[in-house]
Amino acid sequence: MDLRVMHLYPELMSIYGDRGNVIALQQRALWRGIEVEVRSHSAGSTLDPEWADLYFFGGGQDQGQDVVGEELQGPTGASLRDGIAGGAAVLSICGGYQLLGHEYIPEDAPAIPGLGVLDVRTTAGKRRFVGNLVVEGEDGVLVGFENHSGKTYLGPAARPLGQVLVGNGNNGEDKTEGAVQGKVIGCYLHGSLLPKNPGLADRLISWGLERRHGPVTLLPLDDGAESAARDQAIGVAKARP
Amino acid sequence: MIRTALAVSAGKLARAVLNRAGRGATALPGLVALAVDPRALASLTESLEHGAVCVSGTNGKTTTSRMLSDIVRAAGWAPVHNRSGSNLDRGIVAALLASSSWTGAPRGNVGILEVDEATLPRVLAGMAPRVVVVTNLFRDQLDRYFEIDALARSIAAAIVMLPELTTLVLNADDPIVTNLAQGHRGPVSYFGVDDPRAGGTVAQSISDATRCPRCRAPLQYRRVVLAHVGDWSCPGCGFHRPERDLAAASVDMSAGATTIRIAGASAVLDSVTVPLPGLYNAYNALAALAAARVLGIGLPTATRALASFRPAFGRLEIVEADGRTLRLMLVKNPAGFNAAIGALLETGRKPRLVAALNDRDADSRDVSWIWDADFESLAAHVEHAVVTGLRSRDLALRFKYAGVDASRLEVVDGWKEALLRAIAAAGPADEIVVVATYTAMLALRGSLADMGYVGRFWED
Repeated sequence: MDLRVMHLYPELMSIYGDRGNVIALQQRALWRGIEVEVRSHSAGSTLDPEWADLYFFGGGQDQGQDVVGEELQGPTGASLRDGIAGGAAVLSICGGYQLLGHEYIPEDAPAIPGLGVLDVRTTAGKRRFVGNLVVEGEDGVLVGFENHSGKTYLGPAARPLGQVLVGNGNNGEDKTEGAVQGKVIGCYLHGSLLPKNPGLADRLISWGLERRHGPVTLLPLDDGAESAARDQAIGVAKARP
Repeated sequence: MIRTALAVSAGKLARAVLNRAGRGATALPGLVALAVDPRALASLTESLEHGAVCVSGTNGKTTTSRMLSDIVRAAGWAPVHNRSGSNLDRGIVAALLASSSWTGAPRGNVGILEVDEATLPRVLAGMAPRVVVVTNLFRDQLDRYFEIDALARSIAAAIVMLPELTTLVLNADDPIVTNLAQGHRGPVSYFGVDDPRAGGTVAQSISDATRCPRCRAPLQYRRVVLAHVGDWSCPGCGFHRPERDLAAASVDMSAGATTIRIAGASAVLDSVTVPLPGLYNAYNALAALAAARVLGIGLPTATRALASFRPAFGRLEIVEADGRTLRLMLVKNPAGFNAAIGALLETGRKPRLVAALNDRDADSRDVSWIWDADFESLAAHVEHAVVTGLRSRDLALRFKYAGVDASRLEVVDGWKEALLRAIAAAGPADEIVVVATYTAMLALRGSLADMGYVGRFWED
């Protein structure tokens, strides 16, 4: 069995250690004897919608986000949309999350369109949400670190990834964090997210494998070190949000 | 003047009280003085005979400013230097206060001021330095500084306001730093590493500037030294690595020292051996030499001073403990980590480590950065690692995912316990490398002091 992971714009959209998510996907598949190929898609190159089982899309600086936002309005965006329609799974974080929504609305400029595969909208906020973030999700508690000023609001087609226990989450108002729609996940959890939230990593690996291999049951791994890191991070978040 | 004297008195009083209480007075007196006189920085530096040098950048500013301080001392000058590394404006004012009389007259004749890069715009707005050195700008503590582009913009805006008398000393190999010269009215002196053997051709995953800071076209690299530092050019607008006024024609590294053949714009000048390993220390030496040149200090004097250089707190400082040698390496961001690890692996060693990760404000509250650091290169070489700190479990996980087997990894709670465990696990002739973030290094060094192995760093 093999898994194909596409890292979207690593040179422009990977500034908050989000690379750890790709490392986690890769290692957790390899430890189970699943072969993994990771490719990178860079601005200006062609994206084959047939290839990837799983996309990772991280956060970037404004400069990178502008370039990528424009590119998603062209053929690359269409390919990514086709890939998702064909059963590929996506994990997007921060800037990537915002760009997969319908639009980003700056304070005093026209709205910037997104890919629209998540039913969310983001508006520019005045306050930056920076701190530890703990969320009660469907598969348990998730922990990470948020750093964003955009405020994201969910439409009816998306459901939240979890409820905020510590921190601000999507918008600092409705206690939701992240969005899930089909096999597309978006959220504000840096940290990196997947290494110390292995349940979510495995959910994404299963979703990815399904596309070409049908439903799979993953072998269990010894997650002692992962749980220890998650528990310590939750402890820190509660003591020093 | 009265206001300055008042500010100086208030600051000095705070310092005296703190010293009596047995605490290192590194910043609070400055805060007091700044509250009384917001122009304290200008007042305290304008009477310095040889002016003041601000040394800033993400990595290397402590080592570079200490090198420069040694150089000016070798030239017979008396530096006023915030040596303890308290590099926000209040710490700088505190250091100036400590070496001034009660009326604010300086006891030294040249200021060597290490300045935190996020504080640099405010410091430049508050004084007129003779030289401003910028070593490099990397991603660091994003939860505090946010984005490197925004930081560079605010430094550039402050540089535009500087007088013509100020000389910039900039790293030619860093496109973000080079771009800072754009609006400057005064002279600029560039330094860089020309040795074709330094660095590879592959861009690294931690790159902060794959796009041109001027036109946003993707930059081209003939050689990548570290992250976005290297031999770069922009095919879009023609912006390119400037000619070096002072360059390393060659850099030769051994376990404990780095030999640099120095070249000027037209000729090879001299060579210097710095008793510190690692290519990044070659950059620090070049920055210090370039600044010394602007100050009119001859190269022979400067190279002599560098040959006997002693590193700062946690910068490859060596501590003997129970017959074992501990080498302390402060790390605070992916670029710094990679440079430190590169220096370690260049010498072919199989390191025994104490690795400590904290997430206080001074460390970066977001520990995500460890996932951008190249633990994968290190993993195969680690003999044994003791992992500790407030976020020890995140760090242990990073080692696990980089491929370090559980049998070579131990998580130990408690600073003293971690050190003792590493010392016990090492053989008598072994070296232990202590890699730690800022507050973790402070705590570890405190424990070493409690065990009788080092002095407290502000006694330095």
